[in-house]
Amino acid sequence: MTGISILIGLAGIITAAAPIVFATIGETITERAGVINLSVNGTIILTAMVGFATAVTTGSTLLGFLAGMLVGGLVSLIIAFSSITLKQSQVAVGFVLALLCRDLAYFLGNPFMGLSGPRLSNFHIPLLKDIPLLGVLFFRQDVMTYLSILLIFAAWIWIFRTRPGLMLQGIGERPAAAFVRGANVNLMRYVYTVIGGALVGLAGPVYSLSVKAGWKGTISGLDGIGWIALAITIFGGWNPLRAAFGAYLFALLQWAGLVLQPSLPNIPSQVLQVAPFPLMILALLLVNIGNTEWIERTLAGLPEDVRRLIAKILRSLRASPPASLGVPFEQD
Amino acid sequence: MQKLSDRGINLLFQSGAILLALLFTTIVLVLSDAPPIEAYRNILIGSFSSWKQFSDVLVAWVPLLLATAGLLVTFTAGLWNIGIEGQITLGAIFCTGLLRLTLGGDVPPWMAISLSILAGMIGGALWAALAGVLKTFGGVNEIFGGLGLNFVATALTLWLIFGPWKRPGIGSMSGTEPFPMELWLPQIPGLRLSVWSILIAVIGIAIIYLLLQGTYFGLKLKAVGKNMRSAYILGIPTTRYMMSSFLICGLFAGLAGSIQVVAVYHRLIPSISSGYGYLGLLVAMLVNYQALWSIPVSLFFAALNIGSIQLPIVLKLDSALAGVLQGSLVLFVLIMQGARSRFTKRLLR
Amino acid sequence: MEVSLIGIHKYFGAVHANEDITLKIPSGSIQGILGENGAGKSTLMKVLSGFIQADKGEILLNGKQVVIESPSDAIQHGIGMLHQDPLDFPPMKVIDNFIIGSRLPLFPKKSVVYREITQLQKQFDFDLDLEAYVESLTVGERQQLEILRLLWLGASVLILDEPTTGISAPQKNKLFETLRLLAGQGKTIIFVSHKLEDVEQLCDRVAVLRQGKLVGVEVPPYNIESLVTLMFGKLVNLADRQDTCTETPILRVEDLALESPRLRIDHVNLEVREGEVIGLAGMEGSGQLLFLQACAGLVRPIHGRILINNKDLTGKRYHVLMKEGVTYLPASRMEEGLVMGLTLNEHFALAGENQGVFIDRQAIQEVTSTRIKEFNIKGTPRSTVESLSGGNQQRALLALMKNQHSLILMEHPTRGLDIESSIWIWSKLKNRCSSGSAIIFISSDLEEILHYSDRILVFFAGKVSPPIPAEATHVDQLGQLIGGKGWDKLGLPDLQL
Repeated sequence: MTGISILIGLAGIITAAAPIVFATIGETITERAGVINLSVNGTIILTAMVGFATAVTTGSTLLGFLAGMLVGGLVSLIIAFSSITLKQSQVAVGFVLALLCRDLAYFLGNPFMGLSGPRLSNFHIPLLKDIPLLGVLFFRQDVMTYLSILLIFAAWIWIFRTRPGLMLQGIGERPAAAFVRGANVNLMRYVYTVIGGALVGLAGPVYSLSVKAGWKGTISGLDGIGWIALAITIFGGWNPLRAAFGAYLFALLQWAGLVLQPSLPNIPSQVLQVAPFPLMILALLLVNIGNTEWIERTLAGLPEDVRRLIAKILRSLRASPPASLGVPFEQD
Repeated sequence: MQKLSDRGINLLFQSGAILLALLFTTIVLVLSDAPPIEAYRNILIGSFSSWKQFSDVLVAWVPLLLATAGLLVTFTAGLWNIGIEGQITLGAIFCTGLLRLTLGGDVPPWMAISLSILAGMIGGALWAALAGVLKTFGGVNEIFGGLGLNFVATALTLWLIFGPWKRPGIGSMSGTEPFPMELWLPQIPGLRLSVWSILIAVIGIAIIYLLLQGTYFGLKLKAVGKNMRSAYILGIPTTRYMMSSFLICGLFAGLAGSIQVVAVYHRLIPSISSGYGYLGLLVAMLVNYQALWSIPVSLFFAALNIGSIQLPIVLKLDSALAGVLQGSLVLFVLIMQGARSRFTKRLLR
Repeated sequence: MEVSLIGIHKYFGAVHANEDITLKIPSGSIQGILGENGAGKSTLMKVLSGFIQADKGEILLNGKQVVIESPSDAIQHGIGMLHQDPLDFPPMKVIDNFIIGSRLPLFPKKSVVYREITQLQKQFDFDLDLEAYVESLTVGERQQLEILRLLWLGASVLILDEPTTGISAPQKNKLFETLRLLAGQGKTIIFVSHKLEDVEQLCDRVAVLRQGKLVGVEVPPYNIESLVTLMFGKLVNLADRQDTCTETPILRVEDLALESPRLRIDHVNLEVREGEVIGLAGMEGSGQLLFLQACAGLVRPIHGRILINNKDLTGKRYHVLMKEGVTYLPASRMEEGLVMGLTLNEHFALAGENQGVFIDRQAIQEVTSTRIKEFNIKGTPRSTVESLSGGNQQRALLALMKNQHSLILMEHPTRGLDIESSIWIWSKLKNRCSSGSAIIFISSDLEEILHYSDRILVFFAGKVSPPIPAEATHVDQLGQLIGGKGWDKLGLPDLQL
């Protein structure tokens, strides 16, 4: 493989990761506020269909993306309403919506199956595109890829560097304390759930109008990506930078699978295709195992320096969720 | 008196949920330019118009009820065993594997079938144990562990169908080579239905009902599901109970997978679980831990699934409509539950 | 600022938590609000600070009627409240705790916050590290953080809800000094407590609440007896000390070392005999909980041995120790003791011995009914545990204990209970002791520790005192010790850092 083809491949990874970045950052924002949106998998499939259908009908990719955000926002609004206002289990409602949105996409998307539609074109940024290496990698992408990269930093700055962002952390961590500091906890949870949902809703159209252009119903290859995005959110420790790292790592692995396949004829294609899922389990195992009781007990029985070392490694891997994730807030 | 009006309010909200689900589905139908009444009529025709149709509903009902029965156990323990799809699949794989072993030997068919069902149950339990170990010893949420294992199970099926177990000649999506008739669970002549599988399903749900209602095991499981820390302090070995609930659910899932092989498809096919695991999760949510209610509810869901097979042929609609109706039903029931407790709370104030 | 509450009513369901309370608090004074647990003090203060809204009544500030609908309304009006459990964000930095909820711009300038807070700190001689994480602070420091924060936001009325619980004697003195200083500056201080001695030491006036009603206002010099009568409606005496201690050892701890992410304890030696009561004193997070959990097998020691009934059970799990008669009763009853959603019947079935496969509902019902009577639980066998009051939940927890010689390990046995329930619970516990059980308990109430323990272990930042006989010490010494002072008199180096 030549240098330039590797470079193009890497640039492709950044494109391919864009929808996952949108979904994980959206979910990170929602979960930071203390709400789990488990519908991501269904939302991505539904918004992919809606975005594609809108773009085909109107001829405008922009409207396609907006439609995706609208639908993603609406789905998350249902989660917000049933969990915040009605105090129903977020997991239950999210899971039902994950299934419902998927079936809804397959049912409503039937007439759009296999149609050819508009596709997002690349937009080379003048001057920057000619920088060696970086130009090919970062500045000959499409608009949504640029936006996805911007979103990573914007979300990070918002959460860790702004006053409302600190409050967002507080709302997910200890709503009662946020409340006495003047936050309208439940309203803010609504707002962040819907913003996060709208971002997840962008992931679908990014697939159907760019990364995997078109709508092919059940064989669109989108089923499962949403679950991966949820896992990456955990792996990312609710930090946009670490989450983005997870998204790029995932895209890299997928690409590596495609590239390696011809050179590994003995490994059936099915194995490489599902490789991300065991890896997802492994990643979750690494970030969570430090929280388990038996590890603590086992460690206590080890000699001092070994214990220190292992504890240190586990701590650096560990990710702790916002303390009030999934817990409804009641004033009295 | 108080009790009676309580029940009345409950009924009101529940029927409200059903009406809303119907309304939602109707709007979806109108949006896609389909005649709603026609669509519903076709679902009914497709599931209840003849014995043949209804027996097909029962064929779908058996694995769905078995999956639901298993899920009631994990739900009681407070676990979201989403990995049940993979557990059904592994059940089917183990079952097929054992039947293949008996081919050409001189094992009596009844024994081969029984052993293969047993093998399927073990397969399901093993796959569930994996999710359980990840949860209890690895701290991996069972939703993600289970999902990952589902995808792996699907890949395993495909690999077997296109690899080691491929049909003579070339592997195809239609599955492995069908087993000879004597390795089928005996069927009612002219129908795809087997009395045996109905019997298995009924016994299965009865066992679960007894287990959850009348035994210490069920009560302890309930305590673990409601508050693990308190349960531990009360002296319940919580890890062991959680693992047991995974194993029991896995056994039932594996049983469902075996039935799919020995009584329905008579071979391994790519999507052997037919989504009954996920559907079972919806049923279990809907019946809210009441095992007996899962019998009619899963029958209704099975009817929707079978009835909607008609839709693409007659009305050029996608059969995913059944999923839309099932999903929206559960969603609105959840919403109405919340609305009702909000409503009664307000009355108290 | 002068604060007036006029005719405040607040209901929680059927409970009348505040009944027609009218109270005027002059500016520049320290007003005590006294009452036992459940008297309605916290409710009244939550109403004033906007955390909840009164069902009826008015609030006047400097004679003008105001509507306070949220804590941010309250702070706009200059009212700030310190909650009993400081409402802050443990995993975040001190400085971020200041910024959240301030009126700083979108991108707050930390240097400005630094300057302002440092200035404010100097006034009171506080020394908080603004870059530290809140979870690494002591309860006393977290109170200082909240006081600074509220003053920084411009509070001129400060409400403190039970601020002396869980802090050491030196920290308490520091707090009182600060509050007097603030009152001198013209701020209005409202000090809520159930501890007579605190109120006596600090307050210019005291309002006493009982069962939701304001029953009296007193001024110094205080007549303690009349305050007690106001609080309880009658004079209450604690039961006399009982000595149930025997010579048979039940627990032996040898050179124990424990470690948690934030704390390390070394060289603990203790022998507990049947019938004995051991009190563990210390500020929250000083290591007493770690020690108690190690005795229960919930935490594994990194060194040393734990022997129960002469059996070495070091490193064994709680369930193994349970079989040897160890029982652990946690502080948060609904989170770690009882199972929400299950009935009393179901709890007794779970805790019962001789379990078969099937549940004999008849037999369980009988057991439950007897226990309900014996332990004076207000509820039926079919009541779910969350429908019981706090005192009844604690009785239920005690009733669930097995009837054998045992070692009972308790966190805060009477926290949140009224005085009569507390006395009743201790009488039951003492009964267990006379039949041979031993008790080790944690409490932040030094009086409780002194009154009921035979010997006391004091914890400070992971250091553990040798067992001190209860009759050889007094409240002041314990107060010093939990704050790290006076350890040299125990033959140990002074630990004040």
